Amino acid sequence: MKTSEEQREQLEDESQVYNPNPYQEEEDVEAISPWKDALKQLRKSPLAITGFLLVLFFIILGFVAPFVSPYEFDGDDPINRLQPPSADHWLGTDDIGRDIFTRLAYGARISLITGFTAVTGALVFGTLLGIISGYFGRWVDMLISRIFDILLAFPSILLAIAVVAILGASLTNALIAIAIINIPIFGRLVRSKVISLREEEFILAAKAQGMKRGRILLHHILPNSLAPIIVQATLGFGTAILEAAALGFLGLGAQPPTPEWGKMLSDSRDFIQLAPWTLIFPGVSIMLVVLGFNLIGDGLRDALDPKMKN
Amino acid sequence: MSDTILELNNLHTHFFTDSGEIPAVDGVSFHVNKGEVVGVVGESGCGKSVTSLSVMQLVPSPPGRIVSGEINFKGENLAFASEKRMRQIRGNEIAMIFQEPMTSLDPLYSIGNQLVEAIRMHNKMSKKEARLKAIEMLDLVGIPRASEVVDEFPHQLSGGMRQRVMIAMAMACDPELLIADEPTTALDVTIQAQILDLMRDLNKQKDTGILLITHDLGVVAEMCDRVVVMYAGQVVEEGTVREILKDPKHPYTKGLIRSLPNLHEKEQKLYSIPGTVPKVTMDSVGCRFAPRCEYAFGRCFSENPALYETEDHRYARCFLYDDFEEQEVATHAGTDSRS
Repeated sequence: MKTSEEQREQLEDESQVYNPNPYQEEEDVEAISPWKDALKQLRKSPLAITGFLLVLFFIILGFVAPFVSPYEFDGDDPINRLQPPSADHWLGTDDIGRDIFTRLAYGARISLITGFTAVTGALVFGTLLGIISGYFGRWVDMLISRIFDILLAFPSILLAIAVVAILGASLTNALIAIAIINIPIFGRLVRSKVISLREEEFILAAKAQGMKRGRILLHHILPNSLAPIIVQATLGFGTAILEAAALGFLGLGAQPPTPEWGKMLSDSRDFIQLAPWTLIFPGVSIMLVVLGFNLIGDGLRDALDPKMKN
Repeated sequence: MSDTILELNNLHTHFFTDSGEIPAVDGVSFHVNKGEVVGVVGESGCGKSVTSLSVMQLVPSPPGRIVSGEINFKGENLAFASEKRMRQIRGNEIAMIFQEPMTSLDPLYSIGNQLVEAIRMHNKMSKKEARLKAIEMLDLVGIPRASEVVDEFPHQLSGGMRQRVMIAMAMACDPELLIADEPTTALDVTIQAQILDLMRDLNKQKDTGILLITHDLGVVAEMCDRVVVMYAGQVVEEGTVREILKDPKHPYTKGLIRSLPNLHEKEQKLYSIPGTVPKVTMDSVGCRFAPRCEYAFGRCFSENPALYETEDHRYARCFLYDDFEEQEVATHAGTDSRS
């Protein structure tokens, strides 16, 4: 694998010499798959790298939480309540003396798992419905699209509240709610992509080769609609974490003593003047993780967009 | 005729749209013999592409549907064959190549991958064997460095190269009929000539029948044995390529040939047939070409002419040839009505 500088130099060298036979033996004709190409583009984007490092930081934090912290996430210590940040408690303690750093680190697990599960759920069902709707069209499309419209007509947080109200308040149910409200976002995206792909000549060509419908869907239509799905999934990660925090804040998500970031925010809102660190650190964590995913998402979108190629 | 591989018989493919039923292919009949190159010519919207898609049963449905008629392929009527049967035939016995080589290949898979997929669809072969066969096919269609190109991706190839890949893919299963829908329209002239040469070579080597859809009479003159001229969903003239280019019978064919630029004449302006292809509906009466025809007379506007045999194996859909004795009179009447 050559570095981009080397390749550029080589390109400049070659452009100066007129090559009368472009097909003569040249060992540098490298097969570049569109995916590899996108990865290369992504590596060149400083913002995407920043986002990636941010997310990586929280992933590591979540993994090492039990090893770096001497405290338990639910270990209350009433004597040391509302302590400001210090050498003992890096980020201070909350109103019942729990170490905020420890809770944030455990909370990173919860947030990332929440984001991952909710997005995966929404992605799988959304993509499935979107493909069915886009490829088969007619009444199937009509039915699925109207369901999407109805789901989108509700403000998403209201819909999530309704789902949680029916299923009961818990982290799992909050996850299900977030997945459900995100299904139409993926569904509509995939549907529109499938509809435009269906008219592509290479799909007609595949049919003219005698390819089966299922194979066309799985091998040609799905992979070609993957780029926008990946971008949406990354951006959706951030949104899902925010939504989980919002549900937690409203007391509809994780239940105490689970160290969920949104819940931590709402628990400490009474001490905003007395002990601002109880509020600031969970808030900043939410912001940084969501920012990280959004930066990756933007970078991916640019890398996967053929029009952005220089 | 025992060596006929494809015979269309009074084929009707209609489109059912909100504004009514449109007979895009309206009673088309012609045949292709083994190893023969038959050209289907006509301007945009005359139904030539729909005819070729009908043969493959690939007319977009809805709104299109084969309403009646026969598509006899080696004695089997494909017009209403099952999807399963059609899948066995597509790519295997009848292959097809399209107008836009730039978009006919899936951008996400390497050339080899797509060729292997096509080969293995109809042949029991291991991936390795299929890959060797793929390289052999690329070689056959004149792609240099075939063993490297096989691992490259479509965006790394030029339009002409991609069309060669499409031809390699189409020929991979040794089809008996190749349908080429404007295979050279999107290519520049030098590449056009190469692609046509290639198709003719394959036609000679493998004795593949070719149904060539085009609007380019130059391509027809170069490639075809016989020509079918289509206008507004109907065959208006049929004959060998020499006869038709030298001595066109139908006024539409005459117009087409007159509108070719001629190197020997110093005329400044190119001739063009006045008007455009009319929108045909189910209740259209009269000859479809009559409004644009300089020979049109009374009968042309009230009755649709049949295909009249003007000479041996030559047909024209025009009242001028209804009866040879009446020809003089008819022509006369035509000029009368104009003066």
